[in-house]
Amino acid sequence: MQVAFEVNGKQVEVRVEPRLTLADCLRHHLRLTGTHVGCEHGVCGACTVLVDGKAVRGCLMLAVQAEGSKVVTVEGLSNDEGLTPLQASFRKHHALQCGFCTPGMITTSHALLSEEPDCDADRVREVLSGNLCRCTGYVSIVEAVLDARSAYKGSGR
Amino acid sequence: MKNTFIGAPMERREDLRFLRGRGEYVDDLVVDGLLHAVILRSAVAHGRIVSLDISAALKCPGVHAVITGKDMPGGVPIIPMRLQPLPEFKPYEQPVLAHDKVRYVGEPIAVVLADSVAMAEDALEAIGLDIESLPAVTGHATAAHNSSLLFEAAGTNRSLIFHARKGDADASFRDAPYTRREQFSTGRHYGLTMEPRGVMAQWDAERGRLVVSGAAKVPFFNRRILAKQIGLPETAIDMIENDVGGGYGARGEFYPEDFLIPFAARHVNRPVKWTEDRRENLMAMNHAREAEADIEIACASDGTILALRGDIHVDMGAYMRTNGAVGARNVCQFLAGPYRVPYVKVDSHLWMTNKTPVGTYRGPGRFESNFFLERLIDMVAADLGIDRVEFRRRNLISHTEQPYPIAHVQPTDAKDKYDSGDYGAAFDQCLKEFGWDAKSKLSGRLIDGRYHGLGVACFIEGGAAGPKETARLEINDDGSYSVYLGTTSVGQGVETIFAQIAADALEVPIDHIRQVHHGSTHYVSDGFGAYHSRSTVMGGSALLEATKNLQTAIREAGAKRLGCDASAIAIDENEVFGPDGRSFPLRELAGLTAEGQFHNHHHTYSYGTHAAHVAVDPKLGQIKIVDYVVVQDVGRVINPMTLRGQVIGAVVQGLGGACLEHLQYDGEGQFLTGSLADYLLPTASDFPNLRCVITEDHPSPNNPLGAKGAGEGGIIAAGGALANAVANALQGAEPRRLPLSPSYIWELINSRSTP
Repeated sequence: MQVAFEVNGKQVEVRVEPRLTLADCLRHHLRLTGTHVGCEHGVCGACTVLVDGKAVRGCLMLAVQAEGSKVVTVEGLSNDEGLTPLQASFRKHHALQCGFCTPGMITTSHALLSEEPDCDADRVREVLSGNLCRCTGYVSIVEAVLDARSAYKGSGR
Repeated sequence: MKNTFIGAPMERREDLRFLRGRGEYVDDLVVDGLLHAVILRSAVAHGRIVSLDISAALKCPGVHAVITGKDMPGGVPIIPMRLQPLPEFKPYEQPVLAHDKVRYVGEPIAVVLADSVAMAEDALEAIGLDIESLPAVTGHATAAHNSSLLFEAAGTNRSLIFHARKGDADASFRDAPYTRREQFSTGRHYGLTMEPRGVMAQWDAERGRLVVSGAAKVPFFNRRILAKQIGLPETAIDMIENDVGGGYGARGEFYPEDFLIPFAARHVNRPVKWTEDRRENLMAMNHAREAEADIEIACASDGTILALRGDIHVDMGAYMRTNGAVGARNVCQFLAGPYRVPYVKVDSHLWMTNKTPVGTYRGPGRFESNFFLERLIDMVAADLGIDRVEFRRRNLISHTEQPYPIAHVQPTDAKDKYDSGDYGAAFDQCLKEFGWDAKSKLSGRLIDGRYHGLGVACFIEGGAAGPKETARLEINDDGSYSVYLGTTSVGQGVETIFAQIAADALEVPIDHIRQVHHGSTHYVSDGFGAYHSRSTVMGGSALLEATKNLQTAIREAGAKRLGCDASAIAIDENEVFGPDGRSFPLRELAGLTAEGQFHNHHHTYSYGTHAAHVAVDPKLGQIKIVDYVVVQDVGRVINPMTLRGQVIGAVVQGLGGACLEHLQYDGEGQFLTGSLADYLLPTASDFPNLRCVITEDHPSPNNPLGAKGAGEGGIIAAGGALANAVANALQGAEPRRLPLSPSYIWELINSRSTP
């Protein structure tokens, strides 16, 4: 099937099997390998991407369901010059080790802070409880997200 | 050294790519002509393969080959053990494919190669497989009957007994005024990595070369195994380490797929990639931890520990894998932990069962034995009417007793002694940091519907396994340096830490260390890898040797060029100076390189204490962490930020194993926890309020850095501290097994004599 949607601001058209997940489409057809696949059953959150602004599991959505949507991946939340305030906060607080869950943490935190820049630690923990990290024990991730809140106040970004 | 990068909380180099989605993990790799592999695995725990029909699968669209044991004319290779390769274990080693019998659910039987993963999975369904079931051995009790044997030729399901001995323990028990015998057990869980395993192999038939991507942990050792199995010289194989999404002991050992995928690539003369899915990962990656202890302690009436003895039964799963014996050895060798125990007689029995084989998981055998002993200590202190804090203080080894000899283990002839440290000092510091005295009044109190309790447990962590490690330094064309390591990265921050060590050793700014390369087999002459908390200590010490050797080489080159004696040459950040003021830029020596090796057979022992404050909800059986403190002395800190990450991350893994994670089987050996909805991992909302304090009071005398392996201390005492806190909360109940699941908490509450 032919499917057309926007990824990181660019319009794409891909020919896919109906059974292909959005995560596999991004990774293998569009070569956006920042989106990781950790469980393929919607528990680990490593494949989280933004679809029309909402954090969505790329493994639980079929590529064909993305027709007409605006998809943003971790690559779309990054730039060549350096780290964004959210990414810099993750680095400052050592909120990543092996880096495999990190793209999902970034996309989920970005969606949270965009909507709720005043969230507290409990809220951060609640929202991030859908993203598994095996290395950090989460303490530093929560610190990083809280510390990045100021960058999202006012502008919404 | 004029620099102080060692000890500074430097932000990590690797973060710049990971945070922007630019990491490169093995599944991210694509090459022209790539085929995808999927693996047919046994759905039966124990049985005989009656027939295997691949004809229909071969006709499926997109399928290129289906590989079975019949495709291996020299016989199906057996995976040898890497650590403790005793002859006794030989009969129990794993073939890369099951061909006559299957011995666990998840055992590989065939490999399908197709144009896509989906096509290969479709074809997998078309394979006809008939297995005649045999009675499954699902625990040490049924294994001990020997009525159903996994390996008929061996005649027993017990592959070995490790004997840990120190003095005449039985004599000590005969005269002891107080003894207590107890049974404890730990549940089966494992070092689940967020990135599933993967292998990509490329065979160059023209040049007879094999490139294997996805290597991790111990690539040099794995190359040795693969070369032998596949019939190539080691030099014809390159093992490539990509970014690795977590290790924890489980990832990077030689698994069946590490042979099957390279074999497949050569078989079809096409590049082949295999990426594990999560269900496979749960049933194929090394399991760990399942053990039952029947142990006894002897004490003087003042609480002085006199002796320990007993038996520990370890569930090994179906095969002896590469490092499968380590946990079973450690569980008896380190039962005494950081305590002064003059006499020890503990046997560890290794039982083969129809479950996924075991391997090491962070703190192997130590997590289990710590839980057994720390629980026992709380019970004994209460019996003797001695405060459990005072009991521990009396028995912890002090620095005047170092180096302290521990139990001798046979048949591996493992003799060891702790290197340095004042275990009581770390204990007192932990209690102070935690506020133990002030919190003590909360013991057993019901506040807002939750029972509060405190627990404490002390640990010893082994590190720095020998025999050696290699590092290499090279001068770049801009006068900066590149570092090449024989050790590997599993996500712990190797690129940052080794840049810190190199910059201090070379006395240059940190940005003069341009890149730190690690893991792949073409960087240095030999390497060992990332296990037994050894990378920083062994690799770091090797890097100091490489620095010395490179500086010698620079002086020799400088002397030649400037016509002076090498001893008269001085080197700074950018220049090489002769005695007469003449100089030339370092960059003119670009390409100059030197290796260094560090040889060491003495382990390091970092140590410390965990203290936990929990609140237990008796209605839900849920355990809330109110406060949790770890104090760990690591001898010398390279990067306090990454070290804190190691400790806190390990604590949460330990609490996961103590509360949530449980690999379960039914009576037929059927695997019941094949998804992350069944196998529960800690989430961000489970264990808040964790703290750690790192100290450097007692550097290791066994390496030039003074550092001690420190990646595992956070996990080792987590089960013991948590279970002691739960016991304290539920006054009158004694947890004797892990995990402390809600149903077990409920059972404990109802078992209390005085509810």
